[in-house]
Amino acid sequence: MSQVLVLVDHADGEVKKVTLELLTLARAIGDPVAVVVGAGAAQAAAALGEYGATAVYCADGDGFADTSVTPSVATLAQVVSELGPAAVLIPSSIDGKEIAARLAVRIGSGVITDAVSVAPGLQAEQSVFGGSTLVTSRVTHGTPIITVRPNSTPPSPAPTTPQTVDLSVTLSDTDRAASVTDRVAQERTGRPELTEAAIVVSGGRGVGSPEGFAVVEALADSLGAAVGASRAATDAGWYPHQYQVGQTGKTVSPQLYIANGISGAIQHRAGMQTSKTIVAVNKDAEAPIFDLVDFGVVGDLHKVLPQLTEAVAKRKA
Amino acid sequence: MKIVVCVKQVPDSWAEKKLDPADNTLDREAADAVVNELDEYAVEEALQIQERLGGPDSCTVTVLTMGPDKATESIRKALSMGADDAVHVVDGALHGSDAVATSLVLATAIQRLAPDLVILGSESTDARMSVVPAMVAERLSWPQLTFAGKVDLEESASTATVQRQTDYGYDVVSAPLPAVVSVVEKINEPRYPSFKGIMAAKKKSVETLSLADLGVAADDVGLAGAWSGVDSFAARPPRQAGTIVSDDGDGGLRLAEYLATQKFI
Repeated sequence: MSQVLVLVDHADGEVKKVTLELLTLARAIGDPVAVVVGAGAAQAAAALGEYGATAVYCADGDGFADTSVTPSVATLAQVVSELGPAAVLIPSSIDGKEIAARLAVRIGSGVITDAVSVAPGLQAEQSVFGGSTLVTSRVTHGTPIITVRPNSTPPSPAPTTPQTVDLSVTLSDTDRAASVTDRVAQERTGRPELTEAAIVVSGGRGVGSPEGFAVVEALADSLGAAVGASRAATDAGWYPHQYQVGQTGKTVSPQLYIANGISGAIQHRAGMQTSKTIVAVNKDAEAPIFDLVDFGVVGDLHKVLPQLTEAVAKRKA
Repeated sequence: MKIVVCVKQVPDSWAEKKLDPADNTLDREAADAVVNELDEYAVEEALQIQERLGGPDSCTVTVLTMGPDKATESIRKALSMGADDAVHVVDGALHGSDAVATSLVLATAIQRLAPDLVILGSESTDARMSVVPAMVAERLSWPQLTFAGKVDLEESASTATVQRQTDYGYDVVSAPLPAVVSVVEKINEPRYPSFKGIMAAKKKSVETLSLADLGVAADDVGLAGAWSGVDSFAARPPRQAGTIVSDDGDGGLRLAEYLATQKFI
């Protein structure tokens, strides 16, 4: 059976959920081979085997920690040339898409980004134009490189005992030319990552102020959800830019999306329209967001959300 | 110091976009064309760097566009914001080019212009792949300083440092020039062209280049040269109309009830 490379998204060996989704997807195409770049490979191996990785290729070396993107490109290029896999699957993140981009040029392959599903024949489905159009595409040249959005496939375990292979990968001077001198983390919220979260609670113009986001955050915390914001809210400086959901921000596809005080302009819809269940709270009964919702409440979010948060807490108690 | 800013013309981001059933490419006639929003931030950043470095005598800003004849509108917009001149790669064979081919054309044109810095928007609002800046860097063998929320140039202008936006905050990334920078929207507030700027733009030079001028083979670009393609497409089935209730003091409770029936709580 042909092999399918899966680039592992991890933080010091702690494997992110999207990787388990990609391994699950890869099993329908061929034998999943996990590729772990950077420190923590040994720690990652067990989780990867749990989800069906038949082999775990690990690479870490000089300069790997001092730059981003290029160590993964160099490693994947080497594994592609050694194994000649059927495809390379990469998580659709900022780094993931850039890794796919450089790898495509380096190994002379076509690339598809933001797939929401990949068929065994490697046809990728994408949701484009703000979620209004579904496109089926395929790579027609080289080793197909496909980046896949988080939350596209429910991860399901299929335990194996993977063989671990340590690679020796040398970065070229070009690959090392951009150096990371500092990694600055904004305050840790303890909430799940926006693009990976099963539930996202977002606030927009209707939230009214930075302080207004307290009710949005309280609801998110009662549900164990991530917090998002519309561009109106991030442009106004009410909420940090990295939480922006929409055309020029993050694209999310959670099980449940709760839009609060968000009108639902195309800019925002582009980032959340593929959510499984959509709920909205908005004062304006005419807001276009209500065209998308499974359940909507016309009302003041500053009254509805605290009541909902309290009800959630009671039901969970 | 020489800066090249890549600008793409796209369908208006507020309009509904469509694919053309004839060849499964973007229907560029179906909506008004505008400068890709994030590219305006790229132009603004280039102009701000130019101002910091002492104006056009010490730093030039050249706009680079690949696109059909109509894309001259976007070039004029960038020139009226204040860019000095422009290069427009236009060739019938380019229609349907994928990102890989686009990066080949842009990188070849950039090599010819030999700038110290290339600045692009971090994604286009039509394709939304966010791959072209990284591909251009790979082709040029230049360092990439992408997804920048802030760009600093050293006094000597031999090193650039950016704040690369990440999921958890930002990374501080430095590289020697020449380098490829892509910007996110929080980086600045693009200026509106002034009347004077619009008048001045009419006199600025726009060099038109064909694929032959660049020495790029027509087979390597366009729909025929694409390394990925669209098999088919369809409109997303409309979502079923949902339940909408008015808050009569119990909106939160009714919403909780709904979430419970859906097993979210």
